[in-house]
Amino acid sequence: MSTILVVAEHDGGKLNPSTLKCVSCASKIPGATVDVLVLAADSSAVAAQAATVAGVGKVLAVDNPANAEAVAAVLAPQVAKLAADYSHVFGPSTTFGKDLMPRVAALLGVGQVSDVMAVEGPHRFKRPVYAGNAVLTLEVPAGDKVVATVRVASFEAAAAGGSATIAKVDPGVATPTHTRFVSRSGATTGRPDLQAASRVVAGGRALGSADGFKLIYSLADKLGAAVGASRAAVDAGYVPNDLQIGQTGKIIAPELYIGIGISGAIQHMTGIKDARTIVAINKDGEAPIFEAADLGLVGDLFAIVPELEKQLG
Amino acid sequence: MRRIIVGVKRVVDYNVRVRVKPDNSGVVTEGVKMSINPFDEIALEEALRIKERGLADEVLAVSIGPADAQQQLRTALAMGADRAVLVQTAVVVPPLSVARIFRKLIEKEQPFLVLLGKQAIDDDNGQTAQMLGGIWDRPQAVSCSKVEIADGKATITREVDAGLEVLEIDLPAVLSVDLRLNEPRYVKLPDIMKAKKKPLDVLGLADFGVSEASPFTTVKVEPPPQRQKGVMVKDVAELVDALKKKGLL
Repeated sequence: MSTILVVAEHDGGKLNPSTLKCVSCASKIPGATVDVLVLAADSSAVAAQAATVAGVGKVLAVDNPANAEAVAAVLAPQVAKLAADYSHVFGPSTTFGKDLMPRVAALLGVGQVSDVMAVEGPHRFKRPVYAGNAVLTLEVPAGDKVVATVRVASFEAAAAGGSATIAKVDPGVATPTHTRFVSRSGATTGRPDLQAASRVVAGGRALGSADGFKLIYSLADKLGAAVGASRAAVDAGYVPNDLQIGQTGKIIAPELYIGIGISGAIQHMTGIKDARTIVAINKDGEAPIFEAADLGLVGDLFAIVPELEKQLG
Repeated sequence: MRRIIVGVKRVVDYNVRVRVKPDNSGVVTEGVKMSINPFDEIALEEALRIKERGLADEVLAVSIGPADAQQQLRTALAMGADRAVLVQTAVVVPPLSVARIFRKLIEKEQPFLVLLGKQAIDDDNGQTAQMLGGIWDRPQAVSCSKVEIADGKATITREVDAGLEVLEIDLPAVLSVDLRLNEPRYVKLPDIMKAKKKPLDVLGLADFGVSEASPFTTVKVEPPPQRQKGVMVKDVAELVDALKKKGLL
């Protein structure tokens, strides 16, 4: 039988939605028991939240001042130690999980399955390769511990309604001091989170400047949408890096994606192809994004976007 | 000798439209343009800049791959690496084995920094730096967008979902680099000529006692499901209408 440990992503006070996706992915393995591991300075708030997630059997809570910030080198030996009792260890394929999980796998002496997009069996998974231009189905040997990151855009969030027990545990391992958290800065915009939003408005280089990008923000606010960008727009300095969608940025799966002035390079399309509806607005009717768009409109974005905002009322 | 090791992987070029083989065993790589993994190029550029700032004496470029990976190592030497090592193997070496090979090279070469790309654009695993950090028991910084080195320490800015994170790490350490760290230099013709004279050692996997076998079995490789082309609308009013019909507004 599969016993799965999901490593929770959180900010010290709140569980990140990526954890709900991991629980959902883990629950796809028939007959699996799913436990959640919360590593924090004070785990109580996050552990209590994790305990309410449907499908979770037990929450393991580790309190340690060293865990105040998620530093992979500090967390990895604790996860590896607690993984001993489990057949599978899952983390989200967010920057948190991408940083941590391979280090855990290496400490356990096993390979890692990156970006699980579908579960085919307890040891068989699908994952994207070549920027999503091919899908690999692979099998982990039956006797091996499975360490995997979960492509969060591929799974629904696990529902609420669980009542798991919370167990305080002490992994009893030394944590290194060679890696020290200094600071984190990010735009606290008040807008929805790009990876969790049901609507996303994204802009490309055609916006022309940071000032031009205001059109995107304005439309997004009208729709209650998150703001995203192509790599070209980020590289040009119109918007910060955390807005980048694509192979090396964020993979999103909103209900509605509106790409404005985005041509649709393969690397960007990788990030949006799980969107339920793709709308493309571009002056070039030959732009590749129209090949994948459900609704396309050719024209000058500087005329179309204000008009669209107006017609939304 | 203050040394930096840089990983250089030979991959299908960024601009190639990858096709899945008809027998679903993999993707077509025969007759396809191959290049240095773009993230590795950024790692190499950063190593060269650190050396140019007088903070390192030697940049060693390492590739693990087929005999043809010598081409990518020659490019690395032309960019400015001082010497190169190819660990030659005909099979694809999985990330944990790559990390173990680097671990053995570290024992021999004693670098203060190992710079790798944050992922290779073929298998998109994004694991090697973190795995090396784990088995080496040294700091890792993943997706670096800024690297500052002073007094046996490095201050790293790295790209995270929330924005940017700053870490202070002791050296030696392993870093994986992100796109915005720098813009790699172009190789000039005289540098290509000079690179031919730089040392390039070819070793075998047997020299490392590391298994190249993948821990996983490939069941199949398929093309991704394609999205169908939708409809073109003629103006904003039609677009708003269509969105309303889909229940999206």
